[in-house]
Amino acid sequence: MVELRNVYKSYDGKTNVIEDLNMTIQKGELIVLVGESGCGKTTTMQMLNRLIEPTKGEIIINGENTKNVNKNELRRNIGYVIQHVGLFPHKTIEENISTVPLLCKKNKTDIHNKTVELMEMVGLPYEQYSKRYPKELSGGQQQRVGVARALANEPDIILMDEPFSALDPITRGQLQDELLRLHDELDKTIVFVTHDIGEAIKLGDRIAVMQDGKIIQFDTPDDILKNPKNEFVEEFVGKDRLWKTPDMLKAEDIMNKNVVEINPNRTIMQAIEMMKKGNTTVVAVVDKVDGKKNTLLGIVGSNRFSGLTDHSVKMKDIMKKDVIKIPKEMALSEVISIRDEHDIKFSPVVDENDNLIGMITNTSILNVLSQIIPKSEEY
Amino acid sequence: MEILNYITENFPEIMAKTMEHITLSFSAVFLACLVGIPVGFSIVKREKLSHVVLNIANIIQTIPSLALFAFALPIFGIGSKPAIFALFLYALLPIIKNTLIGIRNVNPATIKAATGMGMSQAQIMFKVEVPLSISVIMGGVRIATVTSIGVTTIATMIGAGGLGDFIYRGLSMFNQPMILTGAIFSAVLALLADFLLGLLEKALTSKGLN
Repeated sequence: MVELRNVYKSYDGKTNVIEDLNMTIQKGELIVLVGESGCGKTTTMQMLNRLIEPTKGEIIINGENTKNVNKNELRRNIGYVIQHVGLFPHKTIEENISTVPLLCKKNKTDIHNKTVELMEMVGLPYEQYSKRYPKELSGGQQQRVGVARALANEPDIILMDEPFSALDPITRGQLQDELLRLHDELDKTIVFVTHDIGEAIKLGDRIAVMQDGKIIQFDTPDDILKNPKNEFVEEFVGKDRLWKTPDMLKAEDIMNKNVVEINPNRTIMQAIEMMKKGNTTVVAVVDKVDGKKNTLLGIVGSNRFSGLTDHSVKMKDIMKKDVIKIPKEMALSEVISIRDEHDIKFSPVVDENDNLIGMITNTSILNVLSQIIPKSEEY
Repeated sequence: MEILNYITENFPEIMAKTMEHITLSFSAVFLACLVGIPVGFSIVKREKLSHVVLNIANIIQTIPSLALFAFALPIFGIGSKPAIFALFLYALLPIIKNTLIGIRNVNPATIKAATGMGMSQAQIMFKVEVPLSISVIMGGVRIATVTSIGVTTIATMIGAGGLGDFIYRGLSMFNQPMILTGAIFSAVLALLADFLLGLLEKALTSKGLN
């Protein structure tokens, strides 16, 4: 676990580059620090391995104040990957990867085995690459070595300072995917710095959006996208971001929450009144139990009333019972394909306890889409 | 063919003078390495100091060699000592300068990575900076050696010996074979030294840097 407590950093004693920073990172989390250049994200990261010393405040790693640990010892137990890779050009790939364990005077056979394992893991077979020099590798391959080198001494924590930003988009995407895979496999705590919000959303378990040396919002990607804390975060994330990552849109985000609910024993007359009031053409027939349960029995659209002369017919007799309920976590794309396949106009959304919480209609989908398309562009 | 006769007749003396020449120039370069390389390393991170040191070395370099020998005379007297001292001063500039350039040219990302990985200052110097700048440092040593071998020919003027003896004696006696012997042997010596140091440089430089 990593904890920053009231951390300040100032170079001139007047302006704070980092101001009263508090942050707790759980073991095994992948945290992304994101923000514009100069926001303090790299400074924050470099205070973790004491490349930069905080002016004030404490940094606790695994219960120990980093101030009390020998700098070099501390760094040898924290993996470090930087943007420009920084491999040793005069050493072979194998020598590069085994640098830190050699500094720590670990057993040579163990180091060798670990190197073989890591090279396989990052997709550079030992037989083929171990004796090569960095200049003989592509940029992407070099950064794979960079990652393997950071893992070599089996650190719990790995710091990554814009490690993929110098790579072409395809290689970057591949390395991001592999990082996620490694993170799943290895259960390491990773602190990742980037200025690319897209990368942050893709990788982060949680994202800390920083501005002027402060953390503005520290939340899951989901929350950052849907509930930006202020205008800065909203701007930074980009209003059209949701649209670019439609996987983030769930049924509960696109549903209309103001569903007109009706008791199964109400009549058509009453239903028509409620529809008028709610400005809708559909009502949900629900069974309320003690105000807690809100079980959907069926839905009634205004088209069901046509041809009915007896206005005292009850809802339970005319409601459509075989409605497809949409779980609130379902992705937008899936919802649309279900609606398309079954030619459905109204899709009730239920929570994990099967309680009705909203309704997806064509209008509600359109409403969401119109919100996330950038307003600045005029058509 | 006069010169070949001269060489065969005076071969033992030529060899002795060549050895003298080698001793003079090499001990000067060796001392300059001992001083210059550590000085280069210690001033590389101090901008102002490195400026001052380079300026001093530059000034020394501009002093005509004969004058420098003359300056050394009152301190060390006549013989090889003042010669070695003057040659040492001459050799300093290329060695310090190249050491500085070599280390400055090491990619900052490499140093950043090394620091972040937990290498100590000394480890960074010996495991990273030296191996990465060795070819540039060796370049300085080669320049210093070649220059020293050349300048040593003047050291005869202050009684230090070496191949310069043949040249000056030959000049005063109008003995062309004698002059040429001194000139050719010192030139060949310079070329040979440069070649051998080139081999050493290659052996010391990692294959990853070519």
